[in-house]
Amino acid sequence: MDSRAKDENWDLVIKGHSSLFDLKFRDVWRYRDLLRMFVKRDFISFYKQTVLGPLWFFLQPMFTTIVYTFVFGSVAGISTDGLPKPLFYLCGITAWQYFSECLTKTSTVFRDNASIFGKVYFPRLIMPLSIVVSNLVRFGVQLLLLLCCMVYFYLKGYDFGFTSAILLFPILVVMMALLGLGTGLIITALTTKYRDLTFLVGFGVQLLMYGTTVVYPLHTVQQKHPDFAWIVELNPMTGIIEAYRYAFLGSGAFDYASLFYSAVVTLVLLLAGVLIFNKTERNFVDTI
Amino acid sequence: MKGDTVIKVENVSKAYQIGQIGTGTVSRDVERFIRTRILGQEDPFLKIGETNDRSIKGESDIVWSLRDINFEIAQGEAVGIIGRNGAGKSTLLKLLSRVTAPTTGSIKVKGRIASLLEVGTGFHPELTGRENIYLNGAILGMRKKEITRKLDEIIDFSGVERYIDTPVKRYSSGMYVRLAFAVAAHLESEILIVDEVLAVGDAEFQKKCLGKMGDISKGQGRTVLFVSHNMAAVKSFCNHGIVLENGLVKINSEADKAVAFYLGSGNAETNNSRQYQNVGVRGIFDLEEIALRNTGKDVDDPLAEDYPIEITTRIRFNTSEAHRYNITYHLFNDIGEALFSFHDGDNPISMQEGENRIKCVIPKDFFQSGNFSLAIYVVENRRKSIFSQRDIISFTVVDGERRMGIFMGREPGYIKPKFEWSKA
Repeated sequence: MDSRAKDENWDLVIKGHSSLFDLKFRDVWRYRDLLRMFVKRDFISFYKQTVLGPLWFFLQPMFTTIVYTFVFGSVAGISTDGLPKPLFYLCGITAWQYFSECLTKTSTVFRDNASIFGKVYFPRLIMPLSIVVSNLVRFGVQLLLLLCCMVYFYLKGYDFGFTSAILLFPILVVMMALLGLGTGLIITALTTKYRDLTFLVGFGVQLLMYGTTVVYPLHTVQQKHPDFAWIVELNPMTGIIEAYRYAFLGSGAFDYASLFYSAVVTLVLLLAGVLIFNKTERNFVDTI
Repeated sequence: MKGDTVIKVENVSKAYQIGQIGTGTVSRDVERFIRTRILGQEDPFLKIGETNDRSIKGESDIVWSLRDINFEIAQGEAVGIIGRNGAGKSTLLKLLSRVTAPTTGSIKVKGRIASLLEVGTGFHPELTGRENIYLNGAILGMRKKEITRKLDEIIDFSGVERYIDTPVKRYSSGMYVRLAFAVAAHLESEILIVDEVLAVGDAEFQKKCLGKMGDISKGQGRTVLFVSHNMAAVKSFCNHGIVLENGLVKINSEADKAVAFYLGSGNAETNNSRQYQNVGVRGIFDLEEIALRNTGKDVDDPLAEDYPIEITTRIRFNTSEAHRYNITYHLFNDIGEALFSFHDGDNPISMQEGENRIKCVIPKDFFQSGNFSLAIYVVENRRKSIFSQRDIISFTVVDGERRMGIFMGREPGYIKPKFEWSKA
């Protein structure tokens, strides 16, 4: 038969098993308009029928900062490296919020979208990517809050300022996004079968924040608890947050080695996440 | 003229795990991984050979929703996929639309596939009609430019122009469906897969949809796969039919033949009785037998139109509350249109625990000759249906004896009651 010659003309071959590395990035690119639509949908639906609208983007980090200033700053008296307390916390919070939102939202992507995924095909990766981009909008708004705060405290005469590390800012944001994305992808793929992980994410992210230098500077841990500092240093978010704070406020333990370590962990988690996600997306509809 | 093959389905099977998924899956997954990947053995949890019959308890937790399906579809064909619930139609559509992957085998496709397993997938209630057109279009694989180009046409087709900038949560369900179908109907894909979306909307809009789908397949030479229980719809615009039964392709032929085969498959031989096993609701009832016969004749004799027809239902109730239940039948013609429903309303029969034999007599000269089928409903307290099954039995009514010299053909319609005529 001439079936072999004909085979080359097929546009699409649907098979049970495909190569692990067939990641369909071309498909993702073809659906880029969909990504834009999802981001728009998320943004519009967030504030529709609310009175304060996009103002809610500000309120959450503001209140969190106030509470942290009171609890960790005043009551517990944790050092903030000579920086105004609200500024120190707000800086960490904006970055941490972005990472944790990317992580938690991505980690439920299969479950939340089971009804759409069960009815129509599009590259599934579009969904988590749209989450990361949507949160970027939110992060951008919160960054404005941070800048306003900086101006306020600067006028009050505090001594701090941007450092040249600010040039790394785009890279830091991408790293936070990809780290959250990669981890989230792994978790969502596993939760299609093992629901247990869902519970872990809920409080795991919360606890992880205390393992990151959000509410304390890194050198405080290194001085006070040298035996446990390695846990904090092992956390790939630590390097990113320290660099981020150093870039904006000029304080923190910024060094390229820990940033490089974070980058490597990010890439490994991202690769693993995308691979597992792609493997799972083919059949998850049957088990969820 | 037949075009090139655009869809080629080769040895496709799909297995599902039934029962509880959860406990013990980690250990089982590990075992499975070691056996298949490291030792190179066959997957111990996939036993080929069990049929997907809901009513019979199987040995393993794996059912084959589709087994070794093979067929080809040529360009420009409109193919109807027919089968009872659970025959594997939806699974086939899911595989074709890439929602889930086949367990074995491959499907080869030429051109873009757009599938409509549901209208309005991804519609967001807070967004306006216009925004949802873009969102839904993008989900279905359209580029933004494409949608903008067709926007006016889509809005026009949907007939909801006035509300296009209103959030769709304020739409009536009819408007919602119209808008959703309008988007789908303007997809520019070479292959369109449609799953019973026509069951929604009012009659006028249904006609519009059918017309549009006819245009798509006949006028534009695109390939359409259509799944429906409405045999009239399948017959009217499909030129090809595939009948699925228990995950196997039973017949793959012209649409008329396939429809006839599907409707006739209940009683291949002339036997107007059927026995049932495991049909019912556990703890309430088991349906045991339904038999039709002319009064005074046997179930093996053909049913003649000029004799009364008795429907005998044997049903066993397993509850002391049996009196709360009653049976309703719906009568369908050979293309699956409902004709009417009937039950013991005016002369209620009180069911008892244990076996009940219920008889319903349809007067003579009532049916027009032809094929019919019944759907059974078991109703609780005359309000709530607790069980229903279509095509529970199908039967053929044949012409009775007629006087010589009068019209011998088949009159139109499905019933021919005799009325009183006289000079006024």
